[in-house]
Amino acid sequence: MSGLRFKVGSATKLSRGAWIAAAVLLVVLVLAPWWAEDSDMRSIAEFAYLVAIAQMWNLLAGYGGLISVGQHAFIGIGGYVLLILSLNAGISPFLCVPIAGAFAAVMAVPFAAVVFRLHGPYFAIGTWAVADVVRLVLDDIPAIGGGSGKSLTSALMAIPGWQREATTYWIALGLGFGLTLGVYVLLRSRLGLALTAIRDSGPASESLGVKVKRVKLLVYVASAGGLGLAGALIYLTKLRISPDSAFSVDWTVLMIFIVVIGGIGTIEGPIVGTAIFFLLRGLLADYGPWYLVVLGSVAVLVMFKARSGVWGWLATRFDAQLFPTRRRITIEDQPPTAATNSAIATSK
Amino acid sequence: MSVFALVDPVLQGLLLGGLYALFAIGLSLSFGIMRMVNIAHGDIIILGAYATLVVVNQLGIHPLAAMVVVVPVLAGFGYLLQRILLNPVLGEDILPPLLVTFGLSVIIQNVLMAVFSADSKGVHADAIQTASISLGGGLAVGWLSLVIFVVAVAVVAGLELLFARTGLGRAFRATSDDQAVAQLMGINNRHLYAVATALAFGVTAIAGVFLAVRTTFIPTLGPSKLLVAFEVVIIGGMGSLWGTLAGAMLLGVAQVIGFRYDSGSGVLAGHLVFLVVLLLRPQGLIARTRDL
Amino acid sequence: MSLCSLRHVSAFYGDFQVLFDVDIEIGEGQAVAIIGANGAGKTTLLRSITGMLKRTADSIHFAGRSITGLPAYAIVALGIAMVPEGRRLFPSLSVEENLMIGAHTGRPGPWTLKRVYGLFPVLFERRRAPATQLSGGQQQMVAIGRALMSNPRLLLCDEISLGLAPVVIKSIYEAFPAIRAEGTTLVVVEQDIGRALAMADTVTCLQEGRVTLVGRPKQFSRADITTAYFGS
Repeated sequence: MSGLRFKVGSATKLSRGAWIAAAVLLVVLVLAPWWAEDSDMRSIAEFAYLVAIAQMWNLLAGYGGLISVGQHAFIGIGGYVLLILSLNAGISPFLCVPIAGAFAAVMAVPFAAVVFRLHGPYFAIGTWAVADVVRLVLDDIPAIGGGSGKSLTSALMAIPGWQREATTYWIALGLGFGLTLGVYVLLRSRLGLALTAIRDSGPASESLGVKVKRVKLLVYVASAGGLGLAGALIYLTKLRISPDSAFSVDWTVLMIFIVVIGGIGTIEGPIVGTAIFFLLRGLLADYGPWYLVVLGSVAVLVMFKARSGVWGWLATRFDAQLFPTRRRITIEDQPPTAATNSAIATSK
Repeated sequence: MSVFALVDPVLQGLLLGGLYALFAIGLSLSFGIMRMVNIAHGDIIILGAYATLVVVNQLGIHPLAAMVVVVPVLAGFGYLLQRILLNPVLGEDILPPLLVTFGLSVIIQNVLMAVFSADSKGVHADAIQTASISLGGGLAVGWLSLVIFVVAVAVVAGLELLFARTGLGRAFRATSDDQAVAQLMGINNRHLYAVATALAFGVTAIAGVFLAVRTTFIPTLGPSKLLVAFEVVIIGGMGSLWGTLAGAMLLGVAQVIGFRYDSGSGVLAGHLVFLVVLLLRPQGLIARTRDL
Repeated sequence: MSLCSLRHVSAFYGDFQVLFDVDIEIGEGQAVAIIGANGAGKTTLLRSITGMLKRTADSIHFAGRSITGLPAYAIVALGIAMVPEGRRLFPSLSVEENLMIGAHTGRPGPWTLKRVYGLFPVLFERRRAPATQLSGGQQQMVAIGRALMSNPRLLLCDEISLGLAPVVIKSIYEAFPAIRAEGTTLVVVEQDIGRALAMADTVTCLQEGRVTLVGRPKQFSRADITTAYFGS
């Protein structure tokens, strides 16, 4: 049997091309404060943070298999950490972002202790109930504005305009790219392999030594942390926060629709989904509540016709992966011959 | 502390439990028979409320009489919804039905918003809304609250009878146990699931009519009702309708006591009871179903 | 007269093929035994007939009409009933309710609650008990009774001796003459070859999804059966 030389790797021609394009795009976007209008920067920032939160929901649901309708709790927590630390403790608002992320991740642990007692659809609603509890508790605390909320502008007054806009923008950009990259790195790690195994079969992976409960907790915490970061950033852009807005299920509606329409369980999905969302919102801006009706209908349609979303459909059609997470074997040097073919056949 | 101060909140809470039980029964039925949770469940209640508004305005009949129209219409809607939209996505994976019903929830809320606007609406039925029966010692029960409670008990009793004594009830129980073998008995499960949803929507419609009479409503009120229904089912225990009633009464009492303590804390008190039950006795007060 | 015929039946679980071009003829009033090792496709065959398997290719005829592609609940209404492997009684239903649900299709015929209790008297004593609380053998009786309640023309029995003591199996098989006396056609899938051969008019052997032997039991020697069963 002739020796086969082969390589194990994940890059494809398309993905390599995409990486180069992304790098170029990143450079262009980073330089935006110098070439773009404020309103453009805000749109890009919004795109970036929507991708970020969508990636976090997708990590939990598409990869972790945990469908939560209450992840917005961590966006709210992130926002309120920003409020409390910047207004009441005088910490730089920009520094509050990573702190908010860390705090949200820590809070995820007691949350998990409660909600992991439920499974499936009951887990989904349970997370929502817990989010509502947090909202109601914060509603009752006048020191941070209570039900009517509070403005954050005073915390940002000290920072000059351009610097403020630019830094907020860069943080948003960083979150969008960073969390996407983070999910990619996570999935290529051992944790990612464990997640894929669990997704295929929980009991089977358990028997192979994968600690299913611990993996799920890790994913839940990671998702929470990412959403905490995003929450702080979001309210940095909005400058006003209230419990009803920060803990609104509308955030979850956005996350779910973006991920489902874009393509659940893929890294490219949230990006495609956000683009579609922007498109739909732009097209239907004048129609008030109908745009959400359309969004909801598209999501339902996707479940019927194309479960893996727009990206999923594209990926299957063209066998494309921009973020390749599967490993492929490429056999080097020799073109297929009878010898190598029979070698492959008998080595099965 | 006077007797009144102790007994009144409990009494009002228990009666409120009647309404909450009606909120929750549909959810309980749906999960018990089909292992499906309809995220739009709360929105169906609100749909019922708006339907009541339309019927009362168009036909000029008494709001409670509107049930005669609203209940069958919503039940029919439930049957069609299950057959067309939900049966095709039911299966091993819990994601599709969750997402479809989630999408449905958003669609219903926003269609209502587009048609009725976000303004608060109400249905007038002054006589029953204010009438009360005095029990002495300063205690009084609202006539409407009492009617709602009695209806809730009647619905639970009726459904229990349906499940225990009728062929349809047997078919429901068999399908819930093992839907593949149920088909071997000649049970058309596509039709049966749709009947189950029709039943669930019918009960939920009753809740919607009562809600319309009892309070004002807006298109986005659905999710908060879903949470109430969900907490009732968890507290009461899955798979038991009497448990659902018990859970509803407990939640009602918690909310009323919380509300009396501080007007912002009613809902929160209910949430806390839910959390305590979830942490200490996750199977609920009266547990019956095998899996969760 | 042929009651049920399978022609070129192939069955798949997803992409995995389990039955390969199987032809089987079941005559009215006969007792047919289907034997084969685990994984040979016996249960798959029964599931194909009852409509529980979605992907069967080609034709299955029953009482002169094609039933390929009909949903399971419609096939029961036509007169095919199955006693599933592992009994699979409904835990939420009592013994009597399990029997009653068998009559869901309302097909007319000799089998009523009374007659089933006559066939299996012990079930009458335990009729109010939750079905899954009974012993294995009694549960098997309930499963058979439940299938009979639909007054089938064709009764399919999947591995009814599985997990039961020989003395219990014997008492269950003693019910079959009464069932056959009503003209019911029997198909019995069995691992217990001796018992299968003893009661059958025709025996069919499956090996890895293919028919390897078919005919009257008396025609074959032990060696023939072994070869058909295990392959060469």
